[in-house]
Amino acid sequence: MRTALLASVLALACTPGVACAQDAPQPQDPHLARNLAATCANCHGTGGRSVYEPLVGQPRVKLLQTLDDFRTGEHEATIMHQIVRGYSDAQLELIADWFSGQQKN
Amino acid sequence: MQRRNFLHACTAATAALALPCRAFAASARPHVVVVGGGFGGATAAKYLRMWSEGGVDVTLIEREQAFVSCPISNLVIAGLQRMEQITFGYDLLQSQWGVRLMSDEATAIDPDRRVVRTARNGEIAYDDLVVAPGVEILSAGIDGLAGHEDRIPHAWKAGAQTATLRRQLEAMPDGGVFAMSIPRMPYRCPPGPYERACMVAHYLRTHKPRSKVLVLDANADIVAKKALFQQAFARYGDMIEYRPNSTLLAVDAATLEAEFEFERVRADVLNVIPPMRAGRIATLGSLPLINDAWVDVDWLTLGAKGLPGVHVIGDAIFPAPGMPKSGHMANQHAKVVAAAILNALAGLPPNPTPVVMNTCYSFVDDRAAMHVVSVHQYDADKGQLLAVEGAGGLSAAPSDAEGRAALQWAHHIWADTLG
Repeated sequence: MRTALLASVLALACTPGVACAQDAPQPQDPHLARNLAATCANCHGTGGRSVYEPLVGQPRVKLLQTLDDFRTGEHEATIMHQIVRGYSDAQLELIADWFSGQQKN
Repeated sequence: MQRRNFLHACTAATAALALPCRAFAASARPHVVVVGGGFGGATAAKYLRMWSEGGVDVTLIEREQAFVSCPISNLVIAGLQRMEQITFGYDLLQSQWGVRLMSDEATAIDPDRRVVRTARNGEIAYDDLVVAPGVEILSAGIDGLAGHEDRIPHAWKAGAQTATLRRQLEAMPDGGVFAMSIPRMPYRCPPGPYERACMVAHYLRTHKPRSKVLVLDANADIVAKKALFQQAFARYGDMIEYRPNSTLLAVDAATLEAEFEFERVRADVLNVIPPMRAGRIATLGSLPLINDAWVDVDWLTLGAKGLPGVHVIGDAIFPAPGMPKSGHMANQHAKVVAAAILNALAGLPPNPTPVVMNTCYSFVDDRAAMHVVSVHQYDADKGQLLAVEGAGGLSAAPSDAEGRAALQWAHHIWADTLG
């Protein structure tokens, strides 16, 4: 965790015209998974730490299966069957990766 | 204590030099100032602290002592929830996340010098600014309304007027008329007025069944969840009367008469929701506006167009097509802006593929609610966050299960925003 902060502090040293790591092309945002997962927090708690519907620390396979079941209608939902269709498969995988990789506490 | 000492030292030093306070910047830690502690601003403050792991100093300028939630406030008006249940402090933002709360009002933005002027704390310098001022209610546009909001409340910012409207309904005689005026779009929370009509009707049907709910809508039709609200209105028989194309011109606070373009109405409780625009700090001249009302932003960064370092989120912005002005959406904007600011501070470009989504529940009685949801992905060609086709949608019908989900949603978003 502290490494991330250090990296961001070091990155501040990047100035125009001076070569640094950030000059390399960025295929995708390094925080993309975190950002996508944050769109779930309104209903699943900050960092997925909801009391009712926690996502944090859930196995990746289970999360993806549940999302797929919402999409197909296998798993009955109030709103998730409509929300899941708004994300690409790649985005859902990033979200599942992120939540499964977080410590519960 | 530390905060007070810091501010004190800062004021003394800068007063002597007649310079804006740069103490935060001098510490070499980036300083982000957030104006407005609603769903957007409070979330932005929290996520900036959380995602930077304390590496960025955040000052939240808020003039109110407490956060009062607009979502669920229609249940307070119906007597089903209490004000205390929708009122929250800012203490967790401070104790848990280290946000510096400044109880003050921002009065001007100077983007060239990167300072915000405040009513009591002088100039506050920022490296990045997040402006989340919500909406300004334009009472002056309706003859006879300005200065009489205690008698003719809008209750469209949850707080004292929510309690006022509740008291007026309690005092209304059986057989009385509750009349509500809805402004033309765009306004905060499109389904909100129709939910309020249902919740007031629920209260009246239960306690004052000979009463009437008059819904006078400046729009040509119900603007959100139309079929669902038509069905919900029908459940109240002829108690709710819906009249489209009703533009309010004037009110008389003494007689509670309201003059519309085509008719005159006399009410026992008159609830006028006036037209609105971006919160006042956004319309004082420093920010780019569309239609002289809403701020023009770049969707990748939520940056105000042409103003480096200034970001605007929530109800105050000119929305992307199909994007509602809602607390949920403001909370989602906040996460995009927090990510964009932290990327920029780290020398990274903004996330090229931001996503936001919206969830909105409306109650139709004391138990049942119904929803509309949408997901918005960035379209690089159009430079907009656009609703994904084939995704999102509405309830088939209101249900008690959704009523429970709606209350759960509220508790979650309050926690994600404030704690």
